[in-house]
Amino acid sequence: MRNTAMNMVHKLAARDERVLYIGSDPGAGTLRAMSKEFPKRHLIEGISEAHIIGMSAGLAMEGFVPYVNTIATFLTRRCYEQVAVDLCLHNLPVRLIANGGGLVYAPLGPTHQAIEDIAIMRALPNMTVICPCDADEAARMMEQTLDWKGPIYIRLGKGGDAVVSKAEHGFEIGKAILMRPPGDVLMVTTGIMLQRALAAADLLAAQGVRAGILHMHTVKPLDTEALLQAIRGVKLLATLEEHVPSGGLGSAVAETLIDKLGSGLPAMLRLSLPDRFMHNYGSQDSLLKKHGLSANAIATSIEHALAASRSSAPQLHST
Amino acid sequence: MIQISPHAEAALTCTLDERSLYLRRLVLGSVRSAGRGHVGPALSLIEMVRVLYDDVLRIDPQNPQDPHRDRAILSKGHGCLALYALLADRGFFPLSELDGFCGSDSILGGHPEYGMVPGVEASTGALGHGLSIGVGLALAARMRERSYRTFVLLGDGEINEGSVWEAAMGAAKHGLDNLVAMIDYNKLQSYGPTDYVLPLEPLADKWRSFGFAVQEVNGHDVGALRTVLKQVPAVSGKPTAVICHTVKGKGLPAAESNADWHHKNKLSDSELDAIRVAVGDF
Repeated sequence: MRNTAMNMVHKLAARDERVLYIGSDPGAGTLRAMSKEFPKRHLIEGISEAHIIGMSAGLAMEGFVPYVNTIATFLTRRCYEQVAVDLCLHNLPVRLIANGGGLVYAPLGPTHQAIEDIAIMRALPNMTVICPCDADEAARMMEQTLDWKGPIYIRLGKGGDAVVSKAEHGFEIGKAILMRPPGDVLMVTTGIMLQRALAAADLLAAQGVRAGILHMHTVKPLDTEALLQAIRGVKLLATLEEHVPSGGLGSAVAETLIDKLGSGLPAMLRLSLPDRFMHNYGSQDSLLKKHGLSANAIATSIEHALAASRSSAPQLHST
Repeated sequence: MIQISPHAEAALTCTLDERSLYLRRLVLGSVRSAGRGHVGPALSLIEMVRVLYDDVLRIDPQNPQDPHRDRAILSKGHGCLALYALLADRGFFPLSELDGFCGSDSILGGHPEYGMVPGVEASTGALGHGLSIGVGLALAARMRERSYRTFVLLGDGEINEGSVWEAAMGAAKHGLDNLVAMIDYNKLQSYGPTDYVLPLEPLADKWRSFGFAVQEVNGHDVGALRTVLKQVPAVSGKPTAVICHTVKGKGLPAAESNADWHHKNKLSDSELDAIRVAVGDF
């Protein structure tokens, strides 16, 4: 996914002279081909994220479309005020390409694990937040970023994630994709949780439970219409995210339902990481598994919540 | 201890001409109307802003978005009263707007906002942002082969922020000789003296070591400022830093070098009387 997104920057740069790549201190050879073809538009500016965001704002004020790239935690935590003031307050078309969203950098520990990035980016007025699920979708997404008004936070996965998106789904910023029609259950996913949701849906189907999947690649602006359409008749709504429980996809969905429906909500299960820093290493997969986000654990949690919802009044569950 | 620069000594004793007094009357009129404002930081800046807008910037108040205009960013946004006075005086917006300062329907807030105030190039107020934005503007001029220059006005307290020095390294890396950092070196930040809060000296050497060509000047000497600013870049291929030795609250004896006047709420009758004595009736 990462290589695809990077290569798309080069492709967009070839098509549009406004496109810049701005890296802090990325891996050796990042976008080498672009650096040779467009050396003036391939900028490596050092480990100075606060400055880079401000500089990208200045460039965007002059009509450029900078794609700023570094590790997700450094692109969000380190320079939050610059993102808020320089990009969001001025509403400038800077694209933040965040490597290693979620637990991609599991072995490197909590400084490198972006577990609250969606929440803090989503909180900012004018910011758009997108979490593609695989490389193919990342490519389609990048095509749409060129002329989008305002800043975009792009949360990339690891790379090598199973490709489950399809060209016929297309891609439109802010438009969710219904991957499977809803049954008693609807799972709402973002980023690479889609793959797990698909596997969980198969497991649930084997148990006779029909579970739909709404892939909410854009967490902000949330596709309210698609959400409200998809939950019709659903007994259990489950949100899946590689993120702390506060402020991410689950929060966004719950806020939207409360704002739009007020009452008569389906039972809701928010599956997420816990509200704490990870002090285990291993791999993205092992940490997700540890925190109940394997396909098996997701299916089991949904089964239990569905059973509970049938035996009691609508209620909110959370892991 | 602060090394006493001859420019700093000159700033203390420098007299102000009628235009400088007039601009102070505009600033203090806004404070009187609003019952609030950063007085000290604005008064130390006035001559820096005045010379920029009167003599240096290639700008057209009737066409504030002219792509070829010089850019100026007030990175120390809390000094905005000085900027507002100059912009109004130069016709970017009516002088009457100054009376609405900080009012609910005013375009003029306690920090300047891009898109709200004609002539304001960037929203500032959070410190340590302007120089990076300026680097972006200057780099864009280079890439687009445009001849506009970018001036960024920084406070001395502001340059406590590490992001300023990140930006300085970036400016030097790109050899942005179309970028000028002007430091309002009044040696007094909100709490107290800069050498108590976070010592800056040797300040000129710091900017030099970060790759800037450095000029020092009495920041209230209009003629000297004109001379320095009309000769930028000081060195071809390098960004310029102009360290403007100023006096916080310059022009009001009670406010000069007095941290209590960093931000002022309602002006008392006796303070208003003292202001009239110092800058004339307003």
